[in-house]
Amino acid sequence: MGAEFVQFSLTPILIGVFSAIACALPGNFLILRRQALIGDAISHVVLPGIVVAFLVTGVVAAIPMLLGAAGAAIVAVILIEAVKRLGNIEPGAAMGVVFTAMFAAGVLILEQTDTSKVHLDVEHALMGNLESLIWFRAEGWHSLLDPAALATLPDELPRIAVVCAIVVALTLIFWRWLKIATFDEGFAQALGIPATALGFGLVVTAAVAAVAAFDAVGSIIVIAMFICPPAAARLMTNRLEHQIWWSAVFATLSAVLGYVFAGYGPLWFGAQNAVSAAGMIASVSGVILGLACLFAPHRNRVGVGKEEAA
Amino acid sequence: MNAFFEALILQAGYNAALVAVGAALLGFAAGSSGTFLFLRKRALVSDAVAHATLPGVALAFMLMVALGGDGRNLIGLLAGSAITAWIGLLLIEWISRRTRLAEDAAIGAVLGVFFGVGIVLLTIVQSMSAGRQAGLESFLLGSTAGMLFQDAVVIAVGGSLAVFATWLMRRPMTLVAFDSEYAAAMGYNVRRIDLLMMGLVLAVTVIGLKLVGLILIVAMLIIPAVTARFWTDRSGRVIWIAGTIGGLSGYLGAVLSASAPALPTGPIIVLVAAALFVLSLLLAPRRGVLAAVLRHRRFQRRVHRRQGLLALAARHAIRETYTLRLLTKEGLVRPDGVPTDIGRAQAAKVARDERRWDVAREIHQDAGLTGRYDGLTPIEEVFTADEIAEFDRRLGPPVAVGGA
Amino acid sequence: MTTTQQPIVAAQDGRATRPAAVPTGAPLAVRGVTVSYGEKPAVFSVDATFPAEAMSAIIGPNGAGKSTLLKAALGVIPRLSGEVYVFGQPVEKARERIAYVPQRASVDWDFPTTVMDVVQMGLYRKVGLLGRLSGQMAARARDCLDRVGMADFSHRQIGQLSGGQQQRVFLARALAQDADLYLLDEPFAGVDAATERAIIDVLKLLKAEGKAVVAVHHDLSTVSDYFDHVFLINVRRIAEGPVSDTFTTGNLQATYGGRLAATHLDELPVAGGV
Repeated sequence: MGAEFVQFSLTPILIGVFSAIACALPGNFLILRRQALIGDAISHVVLPGIVVAFLVTGVVAAIPMLLGAAGAAIVAVILIEAVKRLGNIEPGAAMGVVFTAMFAAGVLILEQTDTSKVHLDVEHALMGNLESLIWFRAEGWHSLLDPAALATLPDELPRIAVVCAIVVALTLIFWRWLKIATFDEGFAQALGIPATALGFGLVVTAAVAAVAAFDAVGSIIVIAMFICPPAAARLMTNRLEHQIWWSAVFATLSAVLGYVFAGYGPLWFGAQNAVSAAGMIASVSGVILGLACLFAPHRNRVGVGKEEAA
Repeated sequence: MNAFFEALILQAGYNAALVAVGAALLGFAAGSSGTFLFLRKRALVSDAVAHATLPGVALAFMLMVALGGDGRNLIGLLAGSAITAWIGLLLIEWISRRTRLAEDAAIGAVLGVFFGVGIVLLTIVQSMSAGRQAGLESFLLGSTAGMLFQDAVVIAVGGSLAVFATWLMRRPMTLVAFDSEYAAAMGYNVRRIDLLMMGLVLAVTVIGLKLVGLILIVAMLIIPAVTARFWTDRSGRVIWIAGTIGGLSGYLGAVLSASAPALPTGPIIVLVAAALFVLSLLLAPRRGVLAAVLRHRRFQRRVHRRQGLLALAARHAIRETYTLRLLTKEGLVRPDGVPTDIGRAQAAKVARDERRWDVAREIHQDAGLTGRYDGLTPIEEVFTADEIAEFDRRLGPPVAVGGA
Repeated sequence: MTTTQQPIVAAQDGRATRPAAVPTGAPLAVRGVTVSYGEKPAVFSVDATFPAEAMSAIIGPNGAGKSTLLKAALGVIPRLSGEVYVFGQPVEKARERIAYVPQRASVDWDFPTTVMDVVQMGLYRKVGLLGRLSGQMAARARDCLDRVGMADFSHRQIGQLSGGQQQRVFLARALAQDADLYLLDEPFAGVDAATERAIIDVLKLLKAEGKAVVAVHHDLSTVSDYFDHVFLINVRRIAEGPVSDTFTTGNLQATYGGRLAATHLDELPVAGGV
């Protein structure tokens, strides 16, 4: 755990952890609202957003691309809502129509434009590039106190840290509203809480988290992080407060273990090359969810009151 | 343009023709079997199934190489993808049945995790000496460029088989999709038909992998079905319309893609389908947005007009500005809210119909008729002229509205 | 058109219309409310006034728009037209004076939360987004649970409650809102007799404290026992007034049409007999 760790592993692990937590927090509410697949839709439309941002600005710069991706996510959410309401289509199908069409448009534009010179490709968008986010100038733990070295941290780290902090803050600030509007939307509206706007805000927050995480870890881990840690957390407890904590713990665990397994796992089996860290993080979160489905204390539905509610 | 027409009439080469026919057949099978998913409100299950094919592709490649064969054998890869997709499907069922998690969470979890595992395996394949040119990434987005002849044959034959299977299962499929309880009562084994349908969806997904890729194959399953729903309410027709839309998108997409460079097949097929969807969403005669907006505006006008006349009849002031504006525009009231002669006449008619309804509901203690007393249904639609005359007889002479 | 031939005797002074009868100071006044799902009005141009210090029932057959009227009054579903006044003010400005008990089946009882949490949701308007839930307020929530006889269940997960217990928790949450007008959507649907008794006792106490209670109700046999005022609806307003002179066979038949068997009507303790 010396200089090499700080140089090669510390930043990817931190980025992974921040991404996972930023996605898992809104994921808790999405799951309880039966909107888990919004995460799926969002992660697919990030690609067209980035491509369009590149077309408009002509440069591969982080900020315009993040804006493009966030814009695409918001457009997608609005389109899904429009298709759902205007066409009277069930949510799953509406999502399926919108995000596949946008994704296809993104791929088409990408193929049409000459982006071979730039670092912009579909695979990168899907798989992310966590392993490459290393801290060249770090020489050990003391570099954490060295302003010159800190200035060379990969941009992704402060970016995802800020987004993660914003997501945490929003969750805390709107905690009561989120809880009541998720549990009983009609009652929330009767109290005068803007439940519809809140629901939209939640999805936008999820989109921002997805975009910032996507930048570093690609879109698969984003889908998995929206769903697996909160789903596993739901099976651990019957209190929303505790569920949030569990989801953060599972998200962190997935990120750390996933990165370690991806980097060192193959070596244990005598292989030479590391495997995709983003993919491994998603895999670990799946294993955690699987264990929760099998052994978690509150994995089963409780029966009472259910049959009458139908 | 020339290249496009050549491709359209299947003159752009043997491979391209096979791919176009295969895409049309696959599109038809996807559209019709996707209808089943859509009507069962499980459209995105197919997304999870599609993403869950990736680990299978990678594992099959590794296995075939380990056995000393060519890892790129399409049939082997497709068989592998089918196996993991099936496992993903079973896991979704298991999670949503056995735990308190809802199906959408199960779908998302399976989708993300299987795809993650697939990517991990893909990086392993890429590090294998045989894997560098494996081109397995093409399964993500599909690619017909440089497709082998036998791959095109697989797509064409697979598409035909899928269409044949859809045709075989059309009756039980329709029945289960629209009313599974009735189907069960008719003696169909709903669970088995469900499984068969999922099997068909899985087959379509797997065959479509090479053509449109696993991320976009879900579009071929969902978009035609949703589009078809705008054009008919009849159960049997949705499936065939969806199939036709799917087939058309597949054919046109493949043809367009073959006619110019840098037009990837998968995205083009999806975008053709999406364009058909947007047209249907906006313009479909009954369920389209345009029709619905017009209908809603008309309905709102009717409600406000009627309420305004009722207020006039009851000699209440009209409170809502929209109502007032509407009646003013029609010359029924003056801008200060005082009714004109025409307004008074119409209000008198409304008031008399209200009284007729009172009598009607007294005579006919019948929910079927009086249940239509919803404020908007004209009494003439519910009762015959003779019956109304009878109401009028009981009512006595007409009473004036606005009388002093 | 024959209508134009009807003799029209209008007021000649050009002031034929009466001034609007709202806003009144009534706890809940609904004016010209229309709600439609698609092309079919669920509630059409309904005027209703619910009196103070009384228990009022909204009564009508299934699909007659009872719950729709209540939800539209609260703004939970959009109105196509019409206005709603609470104590003489537009409903949007009087939210803190309303307590609401939604239908029990309208929420997911598998939600990860406890009985106490749900009751405290009734305090959210007072506490605000970030305000601290004071000890006094927590005590208030406990007191409300006690009033519905659920004090022993405060840490139970809501999914583990019976239907009747869930309904009591919802009522406790409404009590925590400390309002002047209580709106309840089918509070007795699918609850056991003990719960029904407990709920009615609480509601009668509210009335004694001078509050107004309005409930969507479907059990005709208990109307005269429980309520003072009825509003009969079948898409349109059929009748409203004190139970003693409004809850009559004639009005019920007008409301239910053929859906209410005559023999059933005979058994009802309606006002004025048959």
